[in-house]
Amino acid sequence: MTDLEKTDSIDSPDFEFPAEPGTVGERLVNLGVSRRGFLKFCTALTSTMALEASMAPKLAYALTTSRPCIIYMSFQECTGCLESLVNSYGTTIENLILTSFSLDYQETLQAAAGTAAEAARNEAMTKNAGKYILVVDGSIPANAKSGYFVSAGESGVDRLNKAAANAAFVVAVGSCAAFGGLPGASPNPTGAVPVSSIIKNKTVVNVSGCPPIAEVITGVLAYYLTNNALPALDANKRPTMYYGKTVHSSCYREENERAGHVANFGDAAARAGGCLRPLGCKGPRTHAACATMRWNQGLSFPIQSGHGCIGCTEPGFWDFGGLYTKTSGGD
Amino acid sequence: MAASRTLVIDPVTRIEGHLRIQANTTANADGTYTISRASSSSTMVRGIELIMKGRDPREAWAFAQRICGVCTVVHGVTSARAVENALGITVPSNAEMIRNLMIASQYMHDHVMHFYLLHMLDWVDVTSAIKADPAKAATLQASMSTYANNTASYFTGVKSKLTTFINSGQLGIFAKGYWGHSAYKLSPEQNLVLMAHYLECLSWSRSIVKLHTIFGGKDPHPSVVVGGMPCAISSSGGGTGKISTGTAVNSASLKMVSDLITTMRNFVDQVYLPDAIMMCKAYTDAAKSGGTDWSTIGESVGNYLCYGEFPSTNINDPASFLIPRGVIIGRDLSKIYPIDVTNTSEFQEFVAHSWYDYKTASKNAGLHPWSGETTFNYTGPAPGYTTLPDNAESYSWIKSPRWRGRAMEVGPLAHVLMMYAKGNTTAKTLVQQCFGKIGWTVDANLTRFHSTLGRTLARAIETKLIGDGMVGWYNKLMSNINGGDVSVFNNAKWAPTTWPASAKGFGFTEAPRGALGHWVVIDNQKISNYQCVVASQWNAGPRDAAGVAGPYEAGLQGHPIANFDQPIEVLRTIHSFDPCIGCAVHLTDPDGQASVTVDFNDFA
Repeated sequence: MTDLEKTDSIDSPDFEFPAEPGTVGERLVNLGVSRRGFLKFCTALTSTMALEASMAPKLAYALTTSRPCIIYMSFQECTGCLESLVNSYGTTIENLILTSFSLDYQETLQAAAGTAAEAARNEAMTKNAGKYILVVDGSIPANAKSGYFVSAGESGVDRLNKAAANAAFVVAVGSCAAFGGLPGASPNPTGAVPVSSIIKNKTVVNVSGCPPIAEVITGVLAYYLTNNALPALDANKRPTMYYGKTVHSSCYREENERAGHVANFGDAAARAGGCLRPLGCKGPRTHAACATMRWNQGLSFPIQSGHGCIGCTEPGFWDFGGLYTKTSGGD
Repeated sequence: MAASRTLVIDPVTRIEGHLRIQANTTANADGTYTISRASSSSTMVRGIELIMKGRDPREAWAFAQRICGVCTVVHGVTSARAVENALGITVPSNAEMIRNLMIASQYMHDHVMHFYLLHMLDWVDVTSAIKADPAKAATLQASMSTYANNTASYFTGVKSKLTTFINSGQLGIFAKGYWGHSAYKLSPEQNLVLMAHYLECLSWSRSIVKLHTIFGGKDPHPSVVVGGMPCAISSSGGGTGKISTGTAVNSASLKMVSDLITTMRNFVDQVYLPDAIMMCKAYTDAAKSGGTDWSTIGESVGNYLCYGEFPSTNINDPASFLIPRGVIIGRDLSKIYPIDVTNTSEFQEFVAHSWYDYKTASKNAGLHPWSGETTFNYTGPAPGYTTLPDNAESYSWIKSPRWRGRAMEVGPLAHVLMMYAKGNTTAKTLVQQCFGKIGWTVDANLTRFHSTLGRTLARAIETKLIGDGMVGWYNKLMSNINGGDVSVFNNAKWAPTTWPASAKGFGFTEAPRGALGHWVVIDNQKISNYQCVVASQWNAGPRDAAGVAGPYEAGLQGHPIANFDQPIEVLRTIHSFDPCIGCAVHLTDPDGQASVTVDFNDFA
């Protein structure tokens, strides 16, 4: 019986959480979470992942049994992606997803330092060889001898190649890892390249954004848990379920025509929620879920707080020709 | 002659970014080691200053912001201020107050996260906490503050979670920590109380970042704009989340901001500050039982620099700042030296031991940031190395900034010393109260402050002072709005056609990690030079041309290392500077039972 066949059992009134020690199921039982409440939660989660509601039981099963190892490595980055992933959102969905994995290496969190931290990472990679998920943030200087990125005495290229060698697949989190990002902006002083330029023989999923929305990062991981497969990707290797529409096409201001167009940040149209395209909003050419999912528990997104979209999920967005230069298309 | 060994910590974890500490140590007769010379190296470079050249100065903030995803607000605001300074733009009072609130809320977030997630494991043995008596822990908590979670049943629950977690054998990011090290001195009850708060601060932090999201659209990397703030005050609609008209800044969200400020201050007053005092007292008193008094170790250079921050009027009025501007030399709090950021001989950056060259000057020269250069010249060993060359050569991607040739410590300790020296009576009273509770003598130079623990206490003290300040800035914002002033943006010089052919500007803030300055040169409406001198540069920079050590390096001088393979003493002092900030926050239960917080209210 495959994992997915087993999942039907959660629909049964007799279903109990798997309570083996160390599983999420056991934790939920300890926390007094009801099966009904958990299924409702999973139904809500499937909607944020653009899945059919019928997937909820499968998701519930996956979340209560599997706990894959994650090795999270950082290169030329600013820690904004991690900040988004773990800090910037509410306590319900995201925590549960994080508790469904075993985060075995993350430099910013790791209790041990130096050789002890390296040993912990190597141990986890050996133990979970072929199965662990490698999450990467930051770009990598293509020239291993340049000295532009070195950690524990190793070049970024060597460090990434070794970590990817036995990974199941690689998730490039943030626009630096996905597309080269800010270090790769003209004139690219360090020769920075994205993960996919170095890792050619393994699936790389690009979760772009500067940083990406937290629920988009965790949603991709949860999709894998649920389906034991990765979601459909666009030409830029981004999951279409989150990057399939432009910000403009789903923006409330696009529909808020009576407010008019904003000529400057302080005018009446700005206060009424008018369209920000005259001030260079890149919403029409930017594929992202900001306008639908919004940020930090759905509270707002850049346009809602008055500034145009800067296009941060797109390859090469830093060189689009000016943050405040009006973009064409999208009418 | 005593044997020497080279100690390397790479990567230094629980920080933001990539740091390496290498130190020469001398073996002692009892098997311990003493640091004779430490070197601080950053081993990653991106060249952001080079990328910014030739671009529209109005968009510099977005590039500069990405210097750090943790310090994101302060780099964005500092960049906007640099361009505003160059072009003579003043921002509306509302924008000034919103910037104050955003920077202050970053302080609340970063300092609390630093204390619990980044620094605490240097002092708290997780494995000791499960030996605690929950009833005694409750008594201890009740003696520290009126915080609600002070019952035996609460601590029984936390202890149970920790016990299950540790017994699971899957320690995740806690694996291979230095548990059981002889330097850990807290009682099981103290460890349990602190671990409980370690777990609690996670959900607290996730809620308070919403202040950034309301005003800046998202966190991290919220929006700012040259000329003020882009977050127009809504003229229609209300509510938070999925609105269909108006903007995110409306009556409902402004009420939320007020509530968030209360949430921030309560945790700081009732949890963070009392915990910091307890920890400082314990690691001072440790000397009585044969341990190290950590309030007598870890001083860096004795000089402190602040640009100042938190105007009650506007940023061009330093007299109104909560954190004053100035320099303190040699611990002497009786004199505050004025600073002039435009003086080319006063502020200089050195690259004598950094992987850069100067084209317009010799490698040993200092350059003022307006004429500064970023010219890569990596001369280190090919990657694959175990040690970096000794310090005659370059060993870091960080430049060494100096004020009148002197190394300066920046950050919370500098802030609190400056408030104290300037005669801020609220700050003075609070410092004296905290010293009294710990048992530190209040002398003229506040001697105990100049130490590893001093930095950690100063950080908690300033968090309270700034949190209290938020109330006044919020009230001023609301008073303006209720009085009909809804302006957040000055459009007068938005169009590049209104600018002079050439202009120079300086933008600054006091970031949670310390003095932050951006120097910009604008020619023909484009950036012709942009130099950032950031807080961690002042603290983490390598030696200068004269061989003078930076604060990290100076702070580690003479440190004892009880166990060479577990150099916890180095981590204590390095982390006391906060090389990272709130980025780490999460540790959302990587492995399971420890910290899971599940709220099914919406789904039940």
